[in-house]
Amino acid sequence: MSTFSRRDFLIRSGLASASLLMPRFLKAFEPRNPALPDGNKILVVIQMSGGNDGLNTVVPFRNDDYYKLRPTIAVKSNDILSLNGELGLNPVMTAMKSLYDNGSMAIINTVGYPNPDRSHFRSMDIWQSASDADKYVQTGWLGRYLDNECSGCAGYSAIEADDTLSFAMKGENRKGMAISDPRRLYQDTQRKLFKEVSADFSATQHADSALDFLYKTEAETISSADYVYNKYNSYKSTTDYPQGEFGRNLKNIAELIISGLDTRVYYVSIGSFDTHVGQTGRQNKLLKDLSDGLGAFTKDLQQNNRFNDVLVMTFSEFGRRVKQNGSNGTDHGTANNMFLIGGALNKKGIYNDAANLNDLDQGDLKYQIDFRSVYATVLKRWLNANDANILGAQFNYVDVV
Amino acid sequence: MPSPGSMAAIADQSITSIVDRLFADSGSSSSLQSGDESEASEFKKDMTEEERKEFQMKKAMGVKKLNEEWMNQFTTTTAVLREKMTFFWHGHFACRSPLGFYSRVMNNTMRENALGNFGDLLKAVSKSAAMIQFLNNQQNRKNSPNENFAREVMELFTLGRGNYTENDIKNGARAFTGWRFKLNGDFEFKQEQHDDGDKTFLGRTGNFTGDDILNIIMENPQTARYITKKIYRYFVNDEVDEDRCADLAHSFQADYDIGKLMHKILSSDWFYDENNVGTKIKSPVELLVNMHRAIPVKFDNPDVVVYAQKVLGQVLFMPPNVAGWPGGRDWIDTSSLMFRLSIPGFVYNNADINVRPKESPEEEEHRMMQQEEMQEEKPAKKPGKLVGTADWSGYLNGFANVKDDDLYNSLVEYLIQPVNPEFKMETITKYIVRDSRESFIKSLTTTLMSLPEYQLC
Repeated sequence: MSTFSRRDFLIRSGLASASLLMPRFLKAFEPRNPALPDGNKILVVIQMSGGNDGLNTVVPFRNDDYYKLRPTIAVKSNDILSLNGELGLNPVMTAMKSLYDNGSMAIINTVGYPNPDRSHFRSMDIWQSASDADKYVQTGWLGRYLDNECSGCAGYSAIEADDTLSFAMKGENRKGMAISDPRRLYQDTQRKLFKEVSADFSATQHADSALDFLYKTEAETISSADYVYNKYNSYKSTTDYPQGEFGRNLKNIAELIISGLDTRVYYVSIGSFDTHVGQTGRQNKLLKDLSDGLGAFTKDLQQNNRFNDVLVMTFSEFGRRVKQNGSNGTDHGTANNMFLIGGALNKKGIYNDAANLNDLDQGDLKYQIDFRSVYATVLKRWLNANDANILGAQFNYVDVV
Repeated sequence: MPSPGSMAAIADQSITSIVDRLFADSGSSSSLQSGDESEASEFKKDMTEEERKEFQMKKAMGVKKLNEEWMNQFTTTTAVLREKMTFFWHGHFACRSPLGFYSRVMNNTMRENALGNFGDLLKAVSKSAAMIQFLNNQQNRKNSPNENFAREVMELFTLGRGNYTENDIKNGARAFTGWRFKLNGDFEFKQEQHDDGDKTFLGRTGNFTGDDILNIIMENPQTARYITKKIYRYFVNDEVDEDRCADLAHSFQADYDIGKLMHKILSSDWFYDENNVGTKIKSPVELLVNMHRAIPVKFDNPDVVVYAQKVLGQVLFMPPNVAGWPGGRDWIDTSSLMFRLSIPGFVYNNADINVRPKESPEEEEHRMMQQEEMQEEKPAKKPGKLVGTADWSGYLNGFANVKDDDLYNSLVEYLIQPVNPEFKMETITKYIVRDSRESFIKSLTTTLMSLPEYQLC
């Protein structure tokens, strides 16, 4: 790249303001590998916080036990959006039913792990770190993806749509960025003191000291916020997303994807699915938000020819008990279903048999597929990453992607 | 961090006499008080969901109150070393209890033994209701052992990974069968649940009890090495000096006297070596306590303290898991750093805050319940402005005897260690308000606290 075109690139990409203020830094932070490795496949992880009741999401509507165990909260069979005559979606999930019908969605049943933990925080810790139930790992699985595959990438290689960053996105050396509103983050980083002290600091003097690390992170925040905000402004979606925070977050993510931002992983949460009391109203509202949001999101991507580059994966820290409790709700359980949505699925539809309600472990579903098999598949087959390094073991792949 | 006033008072004393005073000041300390055993007794087996919810909310409030009480003690105590050591053990014996009461008892146990004998501390913590519950020893019974406690006591609390076998875990777990807690938090040994057969543990065989197992672990020099290294990493430098730690561990093993070990570390020359100063990133709680000890703020809304802990990723009594907070660079990501650098503006200059921390499922649930009653979407809370009153008097007094010409350097030296050789006075001075001596000090202080340098200790 000639000197002129390099400057031109900086101006066009919106980095000019940052580069003028901190020329030495820009050099230090210039990603060694600005275009992320290999292709432009994007993973969007949706965390359904609080423990979604999978049985009222993908409903075994021919199963007598299901209705026996859930006399007041079972989803009525004639309302079901039937998928294959055995299983059907909750009636509020019409948008996801369309995704299923046109081959853009796969459902993996009874995903879990050995010796399941029923505490929110511990089970979420396990799902976010991808550890065994009796091990404690201090990095998140997507953070380790960044550590392993993306050590020279820009800070915005993984973005969470929130104000603070989830454990899943924290690696040992690399972390994702929490950006709930690109404009606000940009404004926050424009404070003069931030920029001026950054410009004062020379990275070369303090090789790898803690201070050097802090200044690097600060400079990276300023330049990434600047870059992301400029990208973000280059495309404004006209698709209607559902009202509320989840819809807004998905819209932001779609805009960043369509604008061509080279981010590999997006992370967004919806909740709380912790429905101990009066489950139906709450869960239906959240499932409708999820489904309508994903309907709008896929439509947006399809209209801009990006749906084939995107894979959406949902998860929740656990499913809920099969038998309803005394308050028209359900308590913490174990295995659950996961949705994979995208324009380039290998196997569409229902991947494996539904849970066997006659073979429970103290009232809970037995898992059939380890959640790390799904992670491994996504890492290997979608992000082309070394899944065994990232997960610390080799898990079988599920043939969905 | 000492107050600026006490800095002046100790400036011309020898290191030995300063350290002696630090210990003298930490001779004793008040215990935390909040919560009592009625928290546990309110638990009933057959609660309705509404009762269960209320019970849960009450428990969460109890833990939050305890957090606030500890933060208050941390920022006001004169027993600084004891409190800091208690905080170290709080991270080492990482434990979550749903009951503030159990957490409080365990915390007081740590404070009491913080500078005492490590074996006493280890045994007391191992027998606390909070730990027994957290690591499932209540479910550890003869014929159906639960290995959680036996595994973690070796992996995380004493020996460290790689210094025991799976067989040691199995046999260790058998020795801890029958160790339980009563609802009121007292330890109880149930003989009929105890496996009194022979166990082989770390190369020895015998009819071991849980106490025997802890004794055998203490006799293993690896325990002294593991604890010494962890203390060194926490108080001195993330980078361990192996020879130095081996020396320290060797004498520590003789009596496991934590106070003696700390005295040795704090009186050594290398502790004050510039290679060991300003190398560590303050944990969120340390950062907040530091600022508050320098310039106390009374917030109109007491939730602010826990709010800031949440945003920064360290909530007292809520470690991420039994391994504790990873610490070091793990504290920092783009959003947590931005927030850290903005705190002085939020706190002392009343700037708007627009950051929302993540909610626990219980908090989110509670908010949604209210939402459903109000029939409108209510986003999670952010505090808006941190309305509070900062008490600058002690801080200003601390610099009363400093000449105007020396004020800049005194403030920099007090707040930032070591001073970055490239520290750019020109940039910093642009942010100084020179109307009066007071506004000079205030504006320079908040500017310095907004620098990455201030994040280090």
